[in-house]
Amino acid sequence: MADDQPFLELHHVSQWFGPQEVLRDVNLQIGRGETLAIVGESGCGKSVTLKLLIGLLTPADGEVRLQGRALEKLSPREMARARLRFGFLFQGAALFDSLTVADNVAFGLRQNMRMPESEILEIVRDRLHEVGLPPSICRKKPAELSGGQRKRVGLARALALTPEIMLYDEPTTGLDPIMTDVINELILQTRAQRPVTSIMVTHEMTTVRKVADRVVMLCPVARLDPGEPQIVFDGTPEAAFSSADQRVYQFVHGQARERLREMAG
Amino acid sequence: MSTASVTTQGNVIHAVGRSAVRCTQAVGDLTLFAGQVLTAVSTRLPRRSVLVMNLYQVGVESVPVVMITGMFIGMVLAVQSYNQFHILHVESRLGSLIASTLLNELGPVLAAAMLAGRVGSAMAAELGTMRITEQFDALEVLGAQPVRYLVVPRFLACCLLIPLLTIVADAMGVLGGWMISTKMLDVQSHAFWYHAERSVGYWDLFAGVLKSVFFGAAIAIVACHRGFRCAAGAEGVGQAATQAFVIGFASILALDFCLGTILNFIYFYLWPV
Repeated sequence: MADDQPFLELHHVSQWFGPQEVLRDVNLQIGRGETLAIVGESGCGKSVTLKLLIGLLTPADGEVRLQGRALEKLSPREMARARLRFGFLFQGAALFDSLTVADNVAFGLRQNMRMPESEILEIVRDRLHEVGLPPSICRKKPAELSGGQRKRVGLARALALTPEIMLYDEPTTGLDPIMTDVINELILQTRAQRPVTSIMVTHEMTTVRKVADRVVMLCPVARLDPGEPQIVFDGTPEAAFSSADQRVYQFVHGQARERLREMAG
Repeated sequence: MSTASVTTQGNVIHAVGRSAVRCTQAVGDLTLFAGQVLTAVSTRLPRRSVLVMNLYQVGVESVPVVMITGMFIGMVLAVQSYNQFHILHVESRLGSLIASTLLNELGPVLAAAMLAGRVGSAMAAELGTMRITEQFDALEVLGAQPVRYLVVPRFLACCLLIPLLTIVADAMGVLGGWMISTKMLDVQSHAFWYHAERSVGYWDLFAGVLKSVFFGAAIAIVACHRGFRCAAGAEGVGQAATQAFVIGFASILALDFCLGTILNFIYFYLWPV
């Protein structure tokens, strides 16, 4: 692999569902070890971008490349193997309701690794400890957990297979400020403990500021001028706060007045 | 012909055409899904712990409801048939009607209806909830195929246990019929059993049990398909559960007719009158 080749790349990717166009000709390169935040209004295609990156969705047009190889061209077996290089923290944690916390965290290991049960349980305990959860939580079902605990169990499950790439879909949405910062700290801790490339979709600019090296902002297709790229900002979090583009400025500062007028018009 | 009537006719044709296309798409989608399930079943069996959990939920937990339903149907059959048999002075033959009706038709269909109501709806609701809460995506990310992990054990549990549930329904129905016939309607016990035994053979039991396997497969495939295609929100989950029962039950009746006809044909081919 050439050194200048991006680790993960969206190459002229477009996506639509029926008549609804969600992504239009998106180009995005992500370097190894980078922490990228994808921000934008609801419905601009952030979560779809994450699902394209891990191959849960196939782009309607363009390619998603992992170390130069298009995911769409991989065989199902290769795709399954490639997915194991990813960890995914879902928006609502997506824990399996019928399984206990321990079984949730152990799921990926039991599914993919041939290792003794004692070793699996040791990894489960380690991962739960890493995200600040006591071993007593192991026997609980997801329904018995708080929102913050669910997110942390989701993170432990995502980390169990020691992924190279971590995808976070709105990791702090719906959490109180303290729990939001706990999750932010855990993301930083994850990055400090292992060489991991992180891509995060979020609305929280405090999270972006604290965690991300780089931020890109997607604009909903309906708001784009003809021929305009969908990524309207690509730079450091600090630069986003002083952007001259009104759409970026309004978003990062949470100013809705102009937007309201636009919507009413 | 006025323009308005031409437009109305056009609209009707358009609506009929659209329904036909939607219907064909739905049947095609269900068939492809069934193909995926059968391929997955034939390539690798599920893990034992997952299968056992499903066997318990589908089989053991359905036993009480199947027993109660079977018994009441047998009892109702006895009560409703008695008057007609009494007019003809053949009330001692009640056992023959109850046994043959239950073993051939009511036992398998009722056990399947109970399974569709109790298990099918629950499957559709559970899988639908999993779909809308991104648990299917989580399975794929963690290296498991949703069809293999979620559908195959449910499919196997339904196919393997519905024959046993059918036998339980048959037995309880005959027992319920015997109880009412002998304790309420003064039919001699030995006459009841004598006629019951003479009216049914191994073929009847075999035909009922064989049909039930197809019913079980239909229930699992329809319910899981509805769950996999569940629309977002609580309304979507509710619809999936309802559709699982309605489509599942309609499939059971359609299969019952088709299999009944085929089995009759085979029977008369093997043992001509």
